[in-house]
Amino acid sequence: MSTKKIAYLGLLLALAFVFSYVENLIPVSLGIPGAKLGLANLVVVVTLYTLTEKDAFFLSVIRIVLVGFTFGTMASMIYSFAGAGLSFLVMVVAKKTRLFSVTGVSVLGGVFHNVGQIFVAMWALETESLIYYLPVLVVAGSISGVVIGILGAEITKRLMGR
Amino acid sequence: MERKTKKNDILLIVGLLVMALLFSMGLALYRQINTRQPVAVVRIGEAEYGRFPLNVEITETIELSNGAYNILKIENGKADITEASCPDGICVRHWAISKQNETIVCLPNQVVVEIENGEESDVDSMTN
Repeated sequence: MSTKKIAYLGLLLALAFVFSYVENLIPVSLGIPGAKLGLANLVVVVTLYTLTEKDAFFLSVIRIVLVGFTFGTMASMIYSFAGAGLSFLVMVVAKKTRLFSVTGVSVLGGVFHNVGQIFVAMWALETESLIYYLPVLVVAGSISGVVIGILGAEITKRLMGR
Repeated sequence: MERKTKKNDILLIVGLLVMALLFSMGLALYRQINTRQPVAVVRIGEAEYGRFPLNVEITETIELSNGAYNILKIENGKADITEASCPDGICVRHWAISKQNETIVCLPNQVVVEIENGEESDVDSMTN
């Protein structure tokens, strides 16, 4: 791993960490409880497109552990892992198919982040009634996915052009 | 290439939104069919004897092993006991019930008719 890449990854990780923190401080409300913009996902999307899947995966994991220990609880960490894990998996598959642009991939990521979290919540709280919330969160995930996707595409374009 | 992926993106987003809509409609329908149907639940002692939807008009004779009986009649979306073998006849004189958690009790026969999934009563819970 070159020094340049280490520095770049470190920078991205710090950015993801700060984004998570900022989002904790000032939640960008989409008018739906539990729905976030998912700024940290922006960094994951950019990493996915400028570096490799492996780099994006480790960045995601380290971010969750750091944020979990610093600002969250054990429970919030498990929720994050479920959401981010499923989201990451789907994004990698979607990217590999080459069917979608950055926006499509990020939309899928946003939607499955919410899907993963709601299933863990259903399992943890033992209530099926949370399924009623799923359509709302799918819509919210799509919206934040579009925003993150457009931003991510622009950033990727500029980073690759260096 | 870029054009095609852009089209796919839009298809994906539209697809997701349609799926969310269909899913929520399906859930609403499921809920209506499964839980919102008011029923009269008949219990003898602890055991459940039967469930009778309030939208089906029937007359059911609830017979007990010792020969005692209560006749449950469901009419106009209300459940009523019209005739009974018990000596006091309190259950017969009770009005027809249709609201959530309303009950008719026949103490001598240990028969309880209770409404589940019914509309909330106009009377507040304190008075109930």
